[in-house]
Amino acid sequence: MLLIHCPYCNATLPEVEFTYAGEAHIARPADPSTLSDEEWRDYLFIRSNVKGPHYERWRHQHGCGRFFNALRDTVSDRFITTYKTGAPRPPLLTQETPS
Amino acid sequence: MTHFSAFALVKNALSGHRNWPAQWPEAQPKAEYDVVIVGAGGHGLGAAYYLAKEHGITNVAVIEKGWLGGGNTGRNTTIIRSNYLYDESARLYDHSLDLWDGLSQELNYNVMFSRRGVMMLAHNVHDVQSFQRHVHSNRLNGVDNRWLTPKQAKEFCPPLDISASARYPVMGAALQMRAGTARHDAVAWGYARAAAARGVDIIQNCPVIAIRRCAGGHVEGVDTAKGFIRAKKVAVSAAGHTSVLMDSAGLRMPLESFPLQALVSEPVKPVFPCVVMSNAVHAYISQSDKGELVIGSGTDQYTSYSQRGGLPLIEHTVAAITEIFPIFTRMRMLRKWGGIVDVTPDRSAILGKTPVPGLYVNCGWGTGGFKATPGAAHLLAWTVAKDAPHKINAPFTLERFTTGRLIDEAAAAAVAH
Repeated sequence: MLLIHCPYCNATLPEVEFTYAGEAHIARPADPSTLSDEEWRDYLFIRSNVKGPHYERWRHQHGCGRFFNALRDTVSDRFITTYKTGAPRPPLLTQETPS
Repeated sequence: MTHFSAFALVKNALSGHRNWPAQWPEAQPKAEYDVVIVGAGGHGLGAAYYLAKEHGITNVAVIEKGWLGGGNTGRNTTIIRSNYLYDESARLYDHSLDLWDGLSQELNYNVMFSRRGVMMLAHNVHDVQSFQRHVHSNRLNGVDNRWLTPKQAKEFCPPLDISASARYPVMGAALQMRAGTARHDAVAWGYARAAAARGVDIIQNCPVIAIRRCAGGHVEGVDTAKGFIRAKKVAVSAAGHTSVLMDSAGLRMPLESFPLQALVSEPVKPVFPCVVMSNAVHAYISQSDKGELVIGSGTDQYTSYSQRGGLPLIEHTVAAITEIFPIFTRMRMLRKWGGIVDVTPDRSAILGKTPVPGLYVNCGWGTGGFKATPGAAHLLAWTVAKDAPHKINAPFTLERFTTGRLIDEAAAAAVAH
């Protein structure tokens, strides 16, 4: 089971308290009516699906209920860090990707 | 290649089974192929077989990073069915079911296809309404499916608890009798043997690192652990790692990779006659010919390439199984494992051409690719050979995410996602 640190509650808690909410830092289009079909496709459907460190959103559903962001290695499932919504994305730094 | 028969069995029995030849040779990559298929699972090996058999293209290599059939082909719960809601899906999966029918004879390899029936349990009013809609829709499409009352469901599958006090009450079930299971490893081995006999090279333990394109954009070949292999056409059939490979060709995909888990119990005598699925609680169960209960769970909520998954899902699945089938409460589980499945936004596969000339893709089968193995392989071979999709896979394009013509099986929920 994953242990996840909620940056709002400042507590590390089991995965079952949280729900995954997809890739992070995908901004909603500022002016949706001007978007082409290809830009809508990219916004709605295309995902990085990174093998390695992945910026993603989680929600502390059975706790504070808030969304936050995380950097997690999708090969080891280890959380590198979690951070509050709106905070700048942390750098990748030294990443661990055991094969 | 030895033709498998009762005669061959007797002959080899006389020599103590010491003289069976290898079923396919260990191939080393040539410098150039007409077609390179990335991924030696059932889909990729099958595509190589149909390319050779139906389209006369035999200068083909299937390249596999691990061992043949060691990915999701060998990790699924072997369920075969075609009771999908939408017309496009019904045609696709029924095409596959048609090919399953004669597969053992065609390949001269016993894939142990067993039409034991797949029963989907309805636990609430919503299930009843949506499954009955499925039954009607399937029958209009000529796809076998019928509705059972709780009593009929119990007769068909005696271990089922249909008591009114059950935690998950059974309010009915949809039964597809044409559906069933097959030996998943044998599907990969059978296709590999039949493809190799027609001249296809199967190259194992050779990860493809990148897809190389020439200045004009056309596919040039693949960079592998054993060096560059030139190819006129490349077909990617790599399940959970598809988007990693396509990235190397400059294509971003509408895919996310999730772990999907399964587990088996200790082997016991025949006790479970069919396949039972419960969408509301997300559990699948059948009994293998060896006697193990084969139990399928759901995908973990987070994307991952770890080929394992979290215990909470296993706990949830096993809890549901023991509620629905109380006789299994004392059963011991032997092992669990995970595979990485590639999931599309509409939960339908992508099978066709890509914007890159000479590059084809077969992906997005999500949690249900095994049942499609012969169909997907057959259609991928057609698409590669003719550089155009067959009419059955024509709706399953990459372009549908731009045009909006989705095949929304996610909402249709032939299975819960």
